Amino acid sequence: MSTFIARTSRGPAVESANRRGRRRSGSWATSVVTGIVWLLALLWMFPALWFLLSSFKSGSELFSYPLTLLPKDWTFSGYVAAWERFNFARYVLNTSIVAVGTTLLTVVVSAATGYAFAKYKNWWLRWFFVGILITTMLPTEVIMPSTFRVILSLGLYNSLAGIILPSVMTATGTFMFRQYFSTVPAELSEAARIDGAGEFKIFWQIMFPLARPIAATLAIFSFHWRWNDYIWPLIVLNDPKNYTLQVALRSIVGADNINWSVLLSASIISLIPMVALFIAFSPQIMNANMNSGIKD
Amino acid sequence: MRSSEQVRSVPLRARVRNNLVPFGFTVVTMVLFVVFFVWPAVLGLYYSLTNYRGYGTAKFVGLANYLQLFGDSDFYQAVLRTLTYAALVVPLSFVVPLFISVLLVGRFCRWSRAAQVLFFLPWLISPIVAGVIWRWMFGESFGVVNFLLSSLGVGHISWQTESNLSLATVVVAAVWGGLAFNMLLFMAALRNIPRSYYEAAEIDGASGWRQFWSISLPLLRPTSFMVVLLSSIGAMKEFALVQALNGGGPGNTNYLMVQYIYHTGFELNKVGYASAASFVLMLMLLVIALIQVRIDRRTELG
Repeated sequence: MSTFIARTSRGPAVESANRRGRRRSGSWATSVVTGIVWLLALLWMFPALWFLLSSFKSGSELFSYPLTLLPKDWTFSGYVAAWERFNFARYVLNTSIVAVGTTLLTVVVSAATGYAFAKYKNWWLRWFFVGILITTMLPTEVIMPSTFRVILSLGLYNSLAGIILPSVMTATGTFMFRQYFSTVPAELSEAARIDGAGEFKIFWQIMFPLARPIAATLAIFSFHWRWNDYIWPLIVLNDPKNYTLQVALRSIVGADNINWSVLLSASIISLIPMVALFIAFSPQIMNANMNSGIKD
Repeated sequence: MRSSEQVRSVPLRARVRNNLVPFGFTVVTMVLFVVFFVWPAVLGLYYSLTNYRGYGTAKFVGLANYLQLFGDSDFYQAVLRTLTYAALVVPLSFVVPLFISVLLVGRFCRWSRAAQVLFFLPWLISPIVAGVIWRWMFGESFGVVNFLLSSLGVGHISWQTESNLSLATVVVAAVWGGLAFNMLLFMAALRNIPRSYYEAAEIDGASGWRQFWSISLPLLRPTSFMVVLLSSIGAMKEFALVQALNGGGPGNTNYLMVQYIYHTGFELNKVGYASAASFVLMLMLLVIALIQVRIDRRTELG
């Protein structure tokens, strides 16, 4: 946790420095900048707020002029209809299995791979590193027809495993761990080696626990990516029983006549887990330094 | 005796440690890399040289698919639309987050933490839901944007039936949704610039604008490179957002490349032809990445 503590503890110090500076440089600059920032912030928030408030309007109020920000009669009818019409519990369960399962695998696999890249040097590791780097620039999910045949050949079609396995390997996660482990002094593993610890034991019992802050950041981001994924689930899943939330939502939007009342509420329901994640981990998310993960 | 044993065993142990051990650590990633990256790529390259239609046998047709693509006006339209889209989204996804980050990290903004949370909200929202939100905002008859515009006397705007305006709504949605992540990169990098640089500049009488050009921007170069590269790749493979916002419409005028590939490969079952289109997209991504690496190197030297 040390890096997080270090990072968050810098906050107040910076802020008090800011306050001192503010007094010095006069209040007009502060008012102008604060005004611009908050205007933009409210503008940025407006679409989501409008969407949320609309979801509490009745079906007829959604399409009657003049539009009002607040619903005239607050109603949950859209939510009830969405819950009854669609097998939401199932979609939430499917998406959770995929997001949690992939995240756990991603963290462990990325940590082990990143550790190898940081601590061992040889020719094939260097080539493999370049290979991983290329996956960020050339996303294979874009070659959908052949990717689909691969999924079929592996017998993963229409199964949740077919979404989980292709997403486990991420270049970002691997680079984050590689960056972190290359800052861990070699003396630490040397000492453990002298004590007779094996290489895998050193990784699992000393190195991996040290990298907990990195693991936490990657876990949050991985959950976020997988919860919101669209292209893999679209290719792999066929049976509505196995749909993830994103694919289910897309099937509502894709209908000839969109039922907006249901669509608004269904979309809001799909956001709840992400909002909960954000409330729980907002300091880690907003202070995450993804620079190190992506480029070093 | 002990030392001679060490002399014999060290090279072997070192070799094991340098090859077998890292292999153990990376074997899972390697399998995944081969199965989900190399295999689809090789298979796709093979399909692109055949007339495979998803069933039966694939007949080898050489470069016929690629030649046919060059004369396919739908494909040209998708390529052109994708490049136009990227040309609009990438600069905006760079400038807007940078501007907001500089203001938020700087010392003039009050309640910047709270403002940051508001800017961060779209990060929680998936591309599909973001598309739905903006479809709702830009509804032609009952969208709030047209409602506000008509209240201001501007009148009704065809956000969904005019293809350029429809693409503009996708651009707005993409910049809105992409802000948080790029802001995260910029803010972290800005916080890492030592305050003393700015203090020294201030003593020398440099204006805020000057400080931004001469201190912040050069020191942000690695981050800027990352933001531009990732935004370009993201824009070139945009799919989910468009699916939910306008479905590539009106008609097929706003099909971007991935949707074109999906449409030809899955809806029309032209697997070979769609694979060829995928490889053209891959080639474009590669060229874009190489150009940017080149520019990055050159500015580093200069």
